[in-house]
Amino acid sequence: MEWFSKNLPYLLAGVSVGGQYALIAIGYTMVYGILRLINFAHGDIFMVAGLMMVYLSATMPVYIAIPIVLVATVVLGFLVERVAYKPLRQAPRMSIMISAIGVSYLLQNLALYITGGLSQQYPAIPWISDVVSVFGASTKRVTVITPFLTIILVIALVVLIKYTKIGMAMRAASKDFETSQLMGIKINSVISMTFIIGSFLAAVGSLLFFTNYTGVTPTVGAMPGLKAFVAAVFGGIGSIPGAVIGAFIIGICENIIKGMGWTTFSDAFTFALLIIVLIFKPTGLFGEKATDKV
Amino acid sequence: MSNILEVKNLCVSYGGIKAVKNISFEVPKGEVVTLIGANGAGKSSTLRSIVGLVKPSAGKILMNGKEISGKSTEQIVAQGITLVPEGRRVFADLTVLENLKIGAYMRKDNLEDDINWCYDLFPRLKERHWQLAGTLSGGEQQMLAIARALMSRPEVIMMDEPSLGLAPIVVQGVFDIIREINKQGKTILLVEQNANMALHAAHHGYVMEVGSITLSGTGQELAENESVKAAYLGKARNKK
Repeated sequence: MEWFSKNLPYLLAGVSVGGQYALIAIGYTMVYGILRLINFAHGDIFMVAGLMMVYLSATMPVYIAIPIVLVATVVLGFLVERVAYKPLRQAPRMSIMISAIGVSYLLQNLALYITGGLSQQYPAIPWISDVVSVFGASTKRVTVITPFLTIILVIALVVLIKYTKIGMAMRAASKDFETSQLMGIKINSVISMTFIIGSFLAAVGSLLFFTNYTGVTPTVGAMPGLKAFVAAVFGGIGSIPGAVIGAFIIGICENIIKGMGWTTFSDAFTFALLIIVLIFKPTGLFGEKATDKV
Repeated sequence: MSNILEVKNLCVSYGGIKAVKNISFEVPKGEVVTLIGANGAGKSSTLRSIVGLVKPSAGKILMNGKEISGKSTEQIVAQGITLVPEGRRVFADLTVLENLKIGAYMRKDNLEDDINWCYDLFPRLKERHWQLAGTLSGGEQQMLAIARALMSRPEVIMMDEPSLGLAPIVVQGVFDIIREINKQGKTILLVEQNANMALHAAHHGYVMEVGSITLSGTGQELAENESVKAAYLGKARNKK
């Protein structure tokens, strides 16, 4: 009990960070599911969403800035796919991966150019930045909201994929492009939809994530991006529930480790986990056996 | 009789290899037409180029007099032509019912009647409508692939080796279904290595060899042709 009350703030923070990782991880896992591509630019799209919020909130009220950030991030994700990945549809997988790395550096450098490399103060979003008390531990309201919001969004996404026509098309296309085309499915629209959903969730994730941090720098997307990627691999890349559960596990473990006073090792833990998963269960928690597309 | 599908001087190449060399043929409305030939004769490439999965390097493909060559697969499929691909290619992670629904992806009207029609044709699919398609047997998957193609209400159904890898009794069932669907008014273009079955089911047949059409005639004529018998029906030429 004493352990519990001592660690409660870390547990709360862990669940919250886990939710934020989950929102980013879904973007990785969905894009991988359909294109077999690790979208290295995803973490940077998350960063750009943060920067846009910084600049937009300086000129307009937050309640207008938030929807604009969401829409602009979705547009960015859509454009990245159309410009950098779509022309390479027939190219070897390595080419499109390198294109993704290129986009990642392009976004980082654009951000560096615009911010001058200085950390930009993230705005306090009213209500969700307020401090509340949970079982005697005081924390920001965002910490409490994040896991619930994440779970609501994930349920909505699962319903979309399982019960709608576009969801059925996504499931079909992720297995067999050619036969999907024979059904009259427009592959490019399905792929765009995947990027739109992934970017939207990354934008929501960035709103929640940066509220807990003070500043946005051009490389700030790299670490959460990598960790979300590890979460996606841990859960079994291609699987949405896997990515979410993986993200929560990583978020909670990291913060418990911080609570035990080993903050220095919390990142190391995540990547050690990646190595262990890759050695002992390369398909992850919920991953399917590697049946490659033919 | 009008030709629903016309292929004129079609050529298909992969890199430097010419898979289909300048072939022409017609598919009259309401008939079963078959392309027979050995492995690598270019039969599948012909079907795949008709439906736009590979781009023809030369030639024209007309459907109801309108050119469809060069269009994207989803545009061609929207014209009322569909392909049951080789190896069935059902969506293994979707249920049987979902496979049927995805076959009608482009339609916006009510699917109830067509689903029931497919269930009438293939009662096994009704029994198993909730199962994942990957758990079906090979024969059932072939049935599902055909039913899925029917769901788009096509005028022309192309089938690529529907009997491949199936037990003889199941093959018989597949050909019964082909006749039944044809009787209900669908035009069928059938690619087969099982020449005997295909020629007996077909009104017209074409024999393909290394990318060219070497013989054509009615199904009956080809089945009785000596060189076809020798090459594809397993009957020695000089045996009495």
